[in-house]
Amino acid sequence: MPTVLDSLNTALRQALTQDERVLILGEDLLDPYGGAFKVTRGLSDAFPGRVLTTPISEAGFTGLAIGMALRGLRPVVEIMFGDFLTLAADQIINHAAKFRWMYNGNKPETERVSLPLVIRTPMGGRRGYGPTHSQTLEKHFLGTPGLVVLAPCALGDPGQLLLDAILFTNDPLLFVENKLLYLAQVQDITQSDDFEFRIHNDRTDAEPGFAAPTYLCRVRGAPPPTLTLTAYGYMAELAQQAQRRLAYEHEVFVELVVPTGLSPCRMHPLLASIERTGRLLAVEEGTRNLGWGAEILARSAEALGAHLKRARRLAAHDLPIPASGPLEAHVLPSVENIIQCCLEMTQSD
Amino acid sequence: MKTMQQIEAEVYRAMFRIRRFEETVLDNFPKGVFFGTTHTYLGQEANAVGVLHHLNQDEVVFSNHRCHGHFLAYGGDARALFAELMGKASGVCGGRGGSQHLHWRNFYSNGVQGGIVPIAVGAALAEKRKGARAATVAFLGDGTLGEGVVYEALNLAALWQAPILFVVENNHIAQTTPVELALAGGISARFAAFDIPARELDTSDVMEILPAAGALLEQVRTQSAPRALILHTWRFGPHSKGDDTRPAETIARLRQSRDPLTLHAARLSPAEKEAIEAQVEDEIQRAYQQALADPYSSIADL
Repeated sequence: MPTVLDSLNTALRQALTQDERVLILGEDLLDPYGGAFKVTRGLSDAFPGRVLTTPISEAGFTGLAIGMALRGLRPVVEIMFGDFLTLAADQIINHAAKFRWMYNGNKPETERVSLPLVIRTPMGGRRGYGPTHSQTLEKHFLGTPGLVVLAPCALGDPGQLLLDAILFTNDPLLFVENKLLYLAQVQDITQSDDFEFRIHNDRTDAEPGFAAPTYLCRVRGAPPPTLTLTAYGYMAELAQQAQRRLAYEHEVFVELVVPTGLSPCRMHPLLASIERTGRLLAVEEGTRNLGWGAEILARSAEALGAHLKRARRLAAHDLPIPASGPLEAHVLPSVENIIQCCLEMTQSD
Repeated sequence: MKTMQQIEAEVYRAMFRIRRFEETVLDNFPKGVFFGTTHTYLGQEANAVGVLHHLNQDEVVFSNHRCHGHFLAYGGDARALFAELMGKASGVCGGRGGSQHLHWRNFYSNGVQGGIVPIAVGAALAEKRKGARAATVAFLGDGTLGEGVVYEALNLAALWQAPILFVVENNHIAQTTPVELALAGGISARFAAFDIPARELDTSDVMEILPAAGALLEQVRTQSAPRALILHTWRFGPHSKGDDTRPAETIARLRQSRDPLTLHAARLSPAEKEAIEAQVEDEIQRAYQQALADPYSSIADL
């Protein structure tokens, strides 16, 4: 089975093949090195002139890509570490995310701008890289009007999500990868001994052909779940491990809801699940205070009122991420943390 | 081929149009017909006109907060610009952007200093990759040179040979900050650091700027490479409104010695000058009245 890394690499290859307007920019992308996390390995050799290695200028080359997107190309920017997204924040928030709305007033269709820019970057800790190389920072970009934020997981087809994003979306898009997720094997959700899956496809009218799926996962043969667990990206992997252990070790059955679309936030499959279980635990690797989970809980409370009986968030402690292994492991949410939280939420009624 | 006389008349018309537009905005601002604020281009008209006179239809312009002069010289519609400042549906962007955030055809402006510079470089590279001989022009100010992303953009432009003309309008002041308090080193040295050939002029005479800009744009097109034009110039109006910290005598002296309209008008016959001014005045006032009568944008259009 391919890894998430393989899947993404293949998707980039397919994108470069299928659309000559696609090009990739970022630091240290050239073969044989092929990028810090190897997501672009093999591409600069296979597609001469389509993979550009840049100076260390995140704001500069993100801006460059915005200009290219305005003028008809379909650039894919790699920011080497998600922590460095801050350097491109002005370009993303005050330029890319605003151009379509700001400029397209009073314009016929043919005169409107589109901004088909994908920015890919790996977030995530657990490798001891320390405070500025381990963060999960997408929370600071969620909710920016005009910016789409996606996070692939190891379910379904992460490469397809990236390919669709590159070929079919015309809004600037942040594609949030994760360092440990790269190594995870893509799960074949049509053939699993232990789990059963459903996919909810989130097609919008605005972007035909593009879907940011939500995966719903249950332990095969389990009785109806009594708690809804939601997580994205790499945390969905840990959540699924917790889900299995909760079932086999504690006979607590949870339904896992894994969105790939983070912003705009579409709640439909998650709300349907919470209506069944009445309990919600949102898990993320970003810091807890004012994070993704806060929004999920707020929206759930707004939509479900008294149907939502218990709701909690599990996230990284509100601290920078330590480099020392044991300290880092404590600061970031673990499988054990998830299990413990679910037990607490389901035991007292 | 146009005669020199025709060109001289054209550029006077273009500059006078900017002047009367901006004066109309400032004169009417106290009436409350415009939203927000504005950054007028009085005194700098020769720069926009001198540079953009040479622009081909498929070429691209990136501007900044002080964009009206660039927009009008580019060929932008006066009524649509008045309407944009008034928040009307007929505005350049339906009232969404206002004074600083314009887009029309290949013209783009944004209000965060320096932010458009790497974007302009990217646009130029896109045109290059498409095989077009189209130049991109990016307008910067002296204040803009404080932003780090500008230097990232210059480095990238030189490294990848973007077909772009950087035009720095040094009007010696950034909001209320004189250039001496903000700029270390020289402006041309900044371009030299990246091996981007630059031409420098200290003039408000459009007939000096015109050929210099023309030559540089031709180099940009034929060599597919970056160039810079540094224009030492002067702003007659405030940064926005009511924030001119310079002494009145200074501005009076500038209007005397560095007015691009006065300098160039001497080349026209009085009759020609009068005719042009009457036509432009008519266009501007008509545009203003039309915009005034236009409806506001609808919430439904959000």
